Parts: sequence; C-alpha cells; structure tokens
Amino acid sequence: MIPAPFDYVQARSLEEAISLLQRHGEEAKLLAGGHSLIPMMKLRLVRPSLLVDIGGLEELRYIREEGEEVAIGALALHSDVARSPLLREKAPLLAQAASVIGDVQVRNRGTIGGSLAHADPAADYPAAVLASEATLVAQGPVGRRAIPAREYFLGPFTTALEPEEVLVEVRVPALAPGTGAAYLKFPHPASGFAVVGCAALVTVRGGEVTGARVAFTGVAGSPFRDDGVEGAVVGRPAEAEAMAEAAALAAQAVDYPLSDVFASGRYRVHLAKVFARRALAEAVAAAAS
Amino acid sequence: MPKRLINLTVNGEAYEVAVEPWWSLLYTVREELGLTGSKEGCGTGDCGACSMLVDGRLVTSCIMLAVEADGCQVTTIEGLATDGNLHPVQQAFVEKGAVQCGYCIPGMVMAAYDLLRRNPNPTLEEVRLGLAGNLCRCTGYAKIYEAVLAAAERMRGD
Repeated sequence: MIPAPFDYVQARSLEEAISLLQRHGEEAKLLAGGHSLIPMMKLRLVRPSLLVDIGGLEELRYIREEGEEVAIGALALHSDVARSPLLREKAPLLAQAASVIGDVQVRNRGTIGGSLAHADPAADYPAAVLASEATLVAQGPVGRRAIPAREYFLGPFTTALEPEEVLVEVRVPALAPGTGAAYLKFPHPASGFAVVGCAALVTVRGGEVTGARVAFTGVAGSPFRDDGVEGAVVGRPAEAEAMAEAAALAAQAVDYPLSDVFASGRYRVHLAKVFARRALAEAVAAAAS
Repeated sequence: MPKRLINLTVNGEAYEVAVEPWWSLLYTVREELGLTGSKEGCGTGDCGACSMLVDGRLVTSCIMLAVEADGCQVTTIEGLATDGNLHPVQQAFVEKGAVQCGYCIPGMVMAAYDLLRRNPNPTLEEVRLGLAGNLCRCTGYAKIYEAVLAAAERMRGD
C-alpha cells in the first residue's frame, strides 16, 4: 500500500515548520512519528500535498524537571516517556499511560506530541494529561501559548490547536506529597487502543481523601474529567468501599458514549465504573506508599 | 518532483538510494535494495511483518518513510545469520516448528531478537508483550513463544 504522492520538507527549525504551515495552510501536515498520519494517508483518509517533517528537531525531544513541573518535549517517544525515571517518580500517570500504548514498535516511533495533536478519542495520553492537570504548550507565528488540558480536547480528532500552531511541549505538575496515581485500561484486543482507560490521581491525608482527579478516555467522543466521581470521593475514607461507591457514578454525564461492534455504549459505561474503582484503589495504595 | 537521495546502512552495507518521498522504508529495502525477507502484511503498521531495527529500535518499516531513514543504521532479517549460520532465534523457530505459512516469521524473529537483546531472560508474559506488535494468523502463537523461550535459554548458555 502506497500513499498518494506528496511533497516533503525536512524542517531544520521549528520556525521553518511554522512558516511552512502558514504558507500551505490545510494542504500541509506535520510529520513526527507518523504512526497515525502515514496509515491515514495510505487509507486516503487524509491527502496532504506537503509533509513537513519535524522528526529531526532533536531540541523537541527531552524530559526534564523545571521547578515544580516535568516538561516533556513533543518529540519524546512513547518508549522515552514509559521508561523515564523522572516521570515514574514525579508524574507517573504519563509513564504508565505511555507504557501501555500499542506495542513495542508503536512506542518506538510514536511521539507524545503527535498523539496529543492527533487526539484519537481512544488514545491513552488524554486521560493522563487531564488527571495530571497538565498544560499543553503550542507555538505559532506569534509565539507560544499554554493551553490547560481541560481546554485542549474539543472533540474526536479535534483540539484547541490552530492550523498554524505546533504542539511543542507538555508540562506536568509533579505529584504533591501524599498523592498517588494510576492509569488502567481495557485494551482493544486487536488494536491495543483503549476501549476504556481511566486515570486517577488521589491525595490522602490522615486516612481521608482530600483531593481526587479522575479522567477517562475511550468512553465518549472526547476524553473528559469526571466531576461526579471526583465529588463523591473527596472527604471519604481512603478505603475500598468508598472508592467503589464513588466509581459507581462514573460516566453519568456522558449522553452519547462511543459504541461499535466490539463494545456498546452501555458496556463502555460499565467498564468505566469497573476501571474507575480499580484505578482509585491503586491510586490510594500508591498514595500510602 | 525530483527523487531524494538518501544514505543508509543496511546490515552493515552502505547504500545511496534515490527515493520518492512517499516510498516507505520497507518498499525501498525490498524493491530498490532487493532485500525481500521483510514482508508487507497490512501496510498500516498493525501486523509487524515488516519489522526491522532502525538505529537499534524495532520499527514497522511499512509506515516509516524512506526519507525518514536517511543516515540511519538498519538491520533486517537478512542481517541476523552470520557466515551462513542461523541466528539462535532463527534456529529455535526451525527446531520448535514455529513456522507455518511463514509470512509473519521475519517480523516475529526481529521482534524476538529485539526482545532478547533488552531482556535475555523473559517470562512467557514478557515474550507475549514483546511480540504483541506481531500478528500470526496460522499458528496460535504457542510454538512461537516456545521458540523464543528456547532461544533465550540457548543465548544465555544455560
């Protein structure tokens, strides 16, 4: 299978990539790892006339601590994110999500920026960045701007990025003391995408849950924070029964869950409850350790 | 549009190739370099039959553009045997009868080779995860996993 012909430019700088996007508009697409874009081009789901390859911009491939945050460059590979000792310690949701993306080959080429810019509603990172309250940094012709995760995902394959912007960095707040986190998914047995994925981040003080963030991917057209579960868990004892009661409220605000031949909408909502319970329990256990 | 010249090293040999931007690394290696061991199964990065090592990383070469491999070190299935002797992973696949139609096997062997470099003593579960990106529609995988575990044992010299 061969994609339709296109022109190709290897960008030598971020500025060059942005100016090419300005000049060619919707006709141009950025190429990072290409693991969503190239298959879509082969299947003729998209047909850009120009690929702007930013894969060689090594300055966008890093994972480093900056104050109270961990900054992840957009070209960090899933395998970089999964293995990073810094992320495992300070922002474990990102590392956990990365470690269960696709398979070895996907993790060796796919990038965090590419995945988040593509915004597949069944991707793993979105739940992790939402529950982490990460910030997505975009650079465009007039400079950089920071987009809170909660304002970033607008719909299936649709984000707050402007056509001339490049997602350059993900900034993740470091876990506060007494806080634990867990990302768990039910993978599609063939594709590895999340049928349902749940990220939970829980702060426990004196045996009581004082803060909770719960986010889902795969359940609806956009990933989302679940205020219902979060509200029900805060103020409760950090014990299995309370977690289960709160998890039973999962996905209540979802009017139109995703539905396909593999998993109906009702089944997805059921899985959301199951995975919320398990993720909350794991997050509480991690907070205690 | 003119073709682009790329330089890459495949199984230790340096090549300069003129490629179209839309050619995959797999297509280029098979059609231009004549190394047809790597297979195209799905063409969309799902089946793993085209797996190769690029700069030491296992990748699906059907969805990597040849232009992206400019300057890279590539190892294909043809690069594993030395002096006519099969690599222990290949030998174990033969001995365990892990091959039926054979189409997925180059990718399976590359994934197993990559796994055993990173983890010389994998559990069965780790073998399954290491080969999760490689689909076989004949065997049911049992003998493939047996072969990988046997190769691991032999390579460790147990």
